[in-house]
Order: sequence, then structure tokens, then C-alpha cells
Amino acid sequence: MRKLGKALYLVFAFILLYLPIVYLAYFSFSSGQDMVHFQHFSWVHYQALWADKNLIAIFLQTILLAILSSLIATAIGTCGAWGIFRLRGVQRKTLLVFNNVLMVAPDVIIGASFLICFTALGIGLSFWSVLLSHIAFSIPIVVLMVLPRLHDLDLTLIDAAQDLGAGKGLIFNQIILPEIMPGILSGLFMALTYSLDDFAVTFFVTGNGFTTLSVEIYSRARQGINLEINALSTVMLLVVLLLAGGYLFLTRQHDISLGARS
Amino acid sequence: MKKLVGLIGSLLLLCGLLFAGVKSLTPRHAAGGSKTLVLYNWGAYLDPALIKKFERETGYQVVYETFDSNEAMLTKIRQGGTAYDLAVPSDYTIAKMRKEHLLQPLDKSKLSNWKYLDPACLNHRFDPGNRYSVPYFWGTLGIVYNDQKIKPGQLQTWNDLWQPRYHRQILLVDSARDIMGMALASEGKSMNSTSSVQLKLAEAKLVALSPNVKAIVGDEMRMYLEQGEAAIGVTWSGEAAQMMQNNRHLRYFVPAEGSNLWFDNLVIPKNARHRQAAYAFINFMLKPENAARNAAYIGYATPNWRAKQLLRQRHQLESQLYQVDWRHLTVYRNLRQRKLQEYNDLFLNFKMSSH
Amino acid sequence: MKNKSSFFLIPYLMWLLLFVAMPIILLTVNAFTDTQGQISLTNLRAFLANGACLKMMVNSFWYALLITGLTLLVSYPLALVIANCRHQRLWLLLVILPTWINLLLKTYAFIGLLGQHGLVNQALQFFGVAPRQLLFTKAAFVVVAAYIEIPFMVLPIYDSLHALDKQIVAAARDLGANAWQTFWRVIWPLTLPGVRAGVQAVFIPSLSLFIITRLIGGNKVITLGTAIEEYFLTTMNWHMGSMIGVILIVIMVLVLLATSGKEQNR
Repeated sequence: MRKLGKALYLVFAFILLYLPIVYLAYFSFSSGQDMVHFQHFSWVHYQALWADKNLIAIFLQTILLAILSSLIATAIGTCGAWGIFRLRGVQRKTLLVFNNVLMVAPDVIIGASFLICFTALGIGLSFWSVLLSHIAFSIPIVVLMVLPRLHDLDLTLIDAAQDLGAGKGLIFNQIILPEIMPGILSGLFMALTYSLDDFAVTFFVTGNGFTTLSVEIYSRARQGINLEINALSTVMLLVVLLLAGGYLFLTRQHDISLGARS
Repeated sequence: MKKLVGLIGSLLLLCGLLFAGVKSLTPRHAAGGSKTLVLYNWGAYLDPALIKKFERETGYQVVYETFDSNEAMLTKIRQGGTAYDLAVPSDYTIAKMRKEHLLQPLDKSKLSNWKYLDPACLNHRFDPGNRYSVPYFWGTLGIVYNDQKIKPGQLQTWNDLWQPRYHRQILLVDSARDIMGMALASEGKSMNSTSSVQLKLAEAKLVALSPNVKAIVGDEMRMYLEQGEAAIGVTWSGEAAQMMQNNRHLRYFVPAEGSNLWFDNLVIPKNARHRQAAYAFINFMLKPENAARNAAYIGYATPNWRAKQLLRQRHQLESQLYQVDWRHLTVYRNLRQRKLQEYNDLFLNFKMSSH
Repeated sequence: MKNKSSFFLIPYLMWLLLFVAMPIILLTVNAFTDTQGQISLTNLRAFLANGACLKMMVNSFWYALLITGLTLLVSYPLALVIANCRHQRLWLLLVILPTWINLLLKTYAFIGLLGQHGLVNQALQFFGVAPRQLLFTKAAFVVVAAYIEIPFMVLPIYDSLHALDKQIVAAARDLGANAWQTFWRVIWPLTLPGVRAGVQAVFIPSLSLFIITRLIGGNKVITLGTAIEEYFLTTMNWHMGSMIGVILIVIMVLVLLATSGKEQNR
């Protein structure tokens, strides 16, 4: 009986979580123009989506922005984590506190204060201001992902390598990098997610014709329901599902290999 | 290490590909030659077929860029990063641009179709003698209602909106100047009022309206009224025209107390590069045939009297748009920044205190 | 080695300076200057003197509380169920998955769901309830916001449940505690850190939501976030906007201190 209750709750919660998403996807196949009555099955909205060069361009530049910003953020963040790792005491604590400011600050404030900043520095609002902002708000999460890995480093191993005459480059390549690699990768992944998911900050600092997908969806949603957006979200849902499936599959193998090693 | 380099390399390669994709999909000012016309207009504010026709007739290549508010357009023209040959600001923005010397005076001898413009649309205070601007569309602020839910004739004035029977039925357009203006007009005050006391009273009056207000929305008002989500909307005539095309139960009128009259005009910015093309385009749009076609497509009221006649002959004239007594209408004046701030802040106060 | 590490720190410190220190300083400076650029308390005074502003602040606090409460109410049982079933990783992934769908898209779905003729009203009609106004109501705003936040509450709670020593629970049961006592005396206190983290992750963003207030709340719910956005992007009064920003930051710090301070006392 209790088992049944649990199962029911699980089903209930997941229906709630997925209802809006499925609802969007369902109407993307309707030949009608609203989300009230399903007319009949059709691919019209997918054809419209495919023909909408403007939207596809925005989609591509959103991904471009995400990759570029997360790469740069990962580089700076990893260096920062290494630097922090080397520090001790008050210095280190202060840096960590400042590092977390952007993690907890509401995105409206981040957006507004970056806008003030860019204006004060005389940087015009364009692709570049958005790129800088995305790099900026992704750095702290990279630091937080890499730092624990650095703490797990076996320092005696480095000392030993040094004693054996290994150069700094070699130590970095052979010992440090493999060890912190998972941290770097998850940092990169988180930075990608942050960038793709962001709306508020971009909304504040974008200009000169540059938009990302979320800003574009916002302005279209304000003009009323347009089933082309439903088609787009269905495509995105599929991509996400595939990614998640791939992740599950890959990490399952990972678990197995870990199990085999121990 | 090799893995890392490989990963970064492939990501950068992907970036390059994406960049190439974006570049190939966005028509930039590729045809940078003298046969281009860079047009800066509101989104969906010109029949695309007319652009094709213009390109065919004159051989110019049209680059169509859009903005969604006067302020956004002004910022971009001020910044001067791109040179636009034509822009379409509204009345008070034209006054501001004139003051800031951002516009070129017009040479009317190059505009043979000027004679088709309705004199009533010319020579307004924002541009005396129309030295800088050519009327493109005009309109009013008014009330749209659904005659299935509200009997025609039952709602006639701004003040009627305050009646308790319209509880939670009204959608307001999210625009400080217009909604504050509505409250001022309902009290018989000028919609350009600069008196702080009058503005305060207008805000108080709006707060009294809030039980009737269902939501304060943007362009999505069109969808909600068309689908019958709400019965009454306060919005611009052009928006109303588009709703009426999709839902025959919607009607539009301008309340008796008076309202706003607005103009969107074509102007040539100071740093325009292709003046010849700009003049050719203005003259093309002034041609009655083209003006009528554009008005039929967009649904706004045309300032071209000959085009209006053509529309009437073809039964395409949305007469509700033109039936207004202009004596009751006021054109917004370009207020000082300080006053504008007051309008905006009071409107925000109204939103915060609504319930 | 010392020099080397500071060399690594240079880009990171530049970032700290440009994108953490400078924005905070500029925001504060803007908040305490008037439109003429004079240092003054005009904005603070205006904020405190304006009844609407204070009411808005109390309102956004209240809504954030409601949203957090509702989210917790749904999320805790969900985390509990997931932590006690097979394929935990799969379920957890399914909880996280919706967060990868753009927030705007989900909000947009609710416009359709909650409309006068939307699915929810159709369902109500099926049960004999007359269609009612759902969109643009406060309840709709709270529900949609809670929906968006659920995954951020489930994750930390699940983590703490997962870390919970199963033997302690078993011991409690062995000692004769019934299910309710075990939960209330053992599980709940031990997972409190997770709950706290979840509340932090939900409460602060809830204070500053601004898209949902507009698209679902119809601009009739104004939170601190909406107010900041309006002052910055619509009315262009950056000084007042910054003032509200500073106030929001102060509240945020207080919330963080309030929710993490207890931890140190333990």
C-alpha cells in the first residue's frame, strides 16, 4: 500500500514536471494557430521553423556564444583555481568570498550592474558585451568545480617528480592535468549550461541587433502564441533528451570501469 | 594533454563553422555599393511585396532593419555605428531628433507625389512645415471591445472604464505616456500636462481603476483580445485594426473626452549614405497605389488622401480607424527628460500598488 | 613558485576587479547619487517615503516566501521517494532535465495552459467547475514560479537524504519509533542542511523574478526584480534602480546569514 502511494506520488510529480513541456510539443504538430484546439497533424510549423533563416541564425549564434564564453571562462577559472589553491589564510578566504558573489547574486542585479559597468567603461552594447558578461558569470562555477580536484592532488607525488628532475611542463602534463581534468570538464559543462540558459543578464547587456535564443523567444512570446516556437522547443527537448541519454550511457560505462579498477 | 588540445581544437573549429553559418544566414550590408537603401523601421511595418516591387522598379537593393521602440532607434542613430538612409520615428521623437540635429532637411522638389498627402497630417508642431519628415501612417489611442460581451454604445467614454461592472475585464497597453495620458484625458486635463499635481491625481485615478484591470501587457494584447481572453483593451488604432481583421466581434472607438493623435513619419538621418535611394523610396511610398497597398496590408490609417479613396473603392477601408473628430485629439509633445521621468515613475507606482 | 602562482592569478584577479568589485562599487555609487551626479540620499529617501515601494518590497518578500514554501512542499516528498527507490540516477536526471529547457519556453507553455480555454480550464469544466480566470492571477504567478524552482529544491534535499546513514533510520525503527516519529525526530533534522540549501537556492531568485511577473502575472505583481528591470530599461532611472538593487543585495546577505548562521551554532 505504501509502495503504491510512493509510486503514485512519483507519477504525479513527473506529470506535473513534464506537462508544460509535453503540452508545447503536442501543439507543435497541430495545423492550427493556437494552443486551444488541436486541428490535425501537420509539419507546417517545422517547415516554417526550417524556413526561418533569422531564427536559425540566432540559434547558431547562441551556441557560438556559449562555446566561446565557456572555453574562455574555463581557462580563466582554472588558472584562478590554481592561484587560489596556492594561497593560504586570509587571502584565500577573501578570494573565495568574492568568487561566490556572482554565484548567489540574483541575475537581475548582475545584469543591471554589468550594464552600468559597460556604460562607465564606454563599451558599446553588442555581441562583445554579451560575450564578456557570459564569461564573467561562468568563471566562479568553474573555480568551484576545479578547486576540490586540486585539493585531492597528491602533493608528495609532485615533490617526488621534482626530485627526479621532471620539468614543470612535464609535471603539469603528466600529473596535475589528468588529475584535475574531470573538474575542468564539469566546469566547462556547467559554463555551457549557464550560458545557454541565461536570459536576464543577456537581456540587460545586449544591443546592436545581437540577440540570443531566450531573448528572441521573449520578444516573440510578447507578440502572442506562435506555434513555430513550439516546434523549436520540441526540437530542443529532443536534443536535450539525446544528450541526457548519452550522458547516462557514458557514465554507466564509467561506473563499470571504476568498479573494475577497485 | 593531447585530448585537451583536441577538445579545444574541435570546439574552436565548431565555433568557426557556426560563425560561417551565422554570417551566411544574416543578410548584412553585403551590397555595400551605391545601389543600396538601408531602411530602419518598426518590425512588420511594411508590406514585403512593396520592397520587392521597389527593387524591381528602381534597381536599388533594400536592407530592412527593425526596432521596437522609439528610444531604441534613437540610441542607435545617436551612436552612429551604422548609417541608415531612412528611419520611421514617431512625432515626439522627431521633435527630439530635430533638436539634436540628427536629421536632414527634405528637398521637396524631388518628391513629385507630395501632393497626395492630406494637409491635415502636415505641419504639426513636432515638425512645422514638414521640413524634415514625411507622414507614413497615423493613428489614435482608443478602446477596443468585444461586442459579444459588451453591448455597443454601452461603453463610450474613458470614465466608463471605471464602472464596477467591468471588473477584471480591461487590458492596458504597457506604455507610461499613453496610460497616464488616458487618466489625464478622463479628467479633462491635457495629455501633455506638466503639472505635478495633475500627474499625481492621474496616478491616484489609475489606482482606482486597478480592480478593473486584468493585466498590463505589450503586443500580446492582440492575441488575448482575439481569443476572447478579455473583453476590453486600451491600445492604439493600428493594433486594433489588426485585431479586427482576425476577430469580427471586436470594435474600436476613440472616447469622447479626447485622446492622443500620433504620426509615424519617414525621416532621413544626417549621416545617411544613399540620399538618392532615400528620396526614390519616399516618392515610391507616396504613390497612391503603393500607399493603399501598404495600408491594406498593415492595417494602419494612411495619410495619403488619394490612397484612402482607392481603399474605399476597393472596400478595404477600415472606416472605424478614420472616424475620429480631430479637434479632440492632441499630439504628444516632446517633454523634458525630468517630466518624462515623472510620468514613468508614477506609472510604475501605479503598477506596484495595483492589486 | 610564489611568483608563478600570482602569474596564474592575473586574469582571474582582473576578472574579480572588473566584474565583481567594479559592478558592486558602481551600483552603490549610482544608488547614492541623484540625477545631477551629486552624492545624496534622495533615492533612499524616495524609496522609504513612497508607500508603493515599501508595499512592493513587502509583497515580493511575501511571494518569495509562498513560492519557497510551495516548492518545499512538493520537493521534499519527491526527494524522499526518489532517495528510496531503484534507478535513482535516472529519476534524478529526469528532475534536472526540465531545467535545460529554456525558462522562457516553459513560461510560454503556461500561457497556453492557463488561458480562458486552456487545458486547465478544460479539465475544470470536465469536473463541472465553470471556467475561471487563471492567467494573470497571483496564484498563477506563484504556481509557475514554484514549478520553475522545483528541481533546485529537490537536488540539495536529495543529496542530504542520500548522505543520510541508513543504519540510523533502521536503528530508530528498531527502537520502536513509528514511521512518523522516525521522520520527524531523525530524518527531518538530519536533512535540514539540504533543506536550508534548497531554500537559499529558491528564495533569493524568487525575490527577483521578472519575466514571470510580466508574462504570467500580467504586470500586476511587481517584485524587486521587476522594479529593477523597469527602472533600468524602461524608465531609464538608473539611480533609483541601483538603490533597489542595493536594498536587494542587503536582503540577500541577511537571508544568507540567517540560513547559514545556525549551522555554525551546531
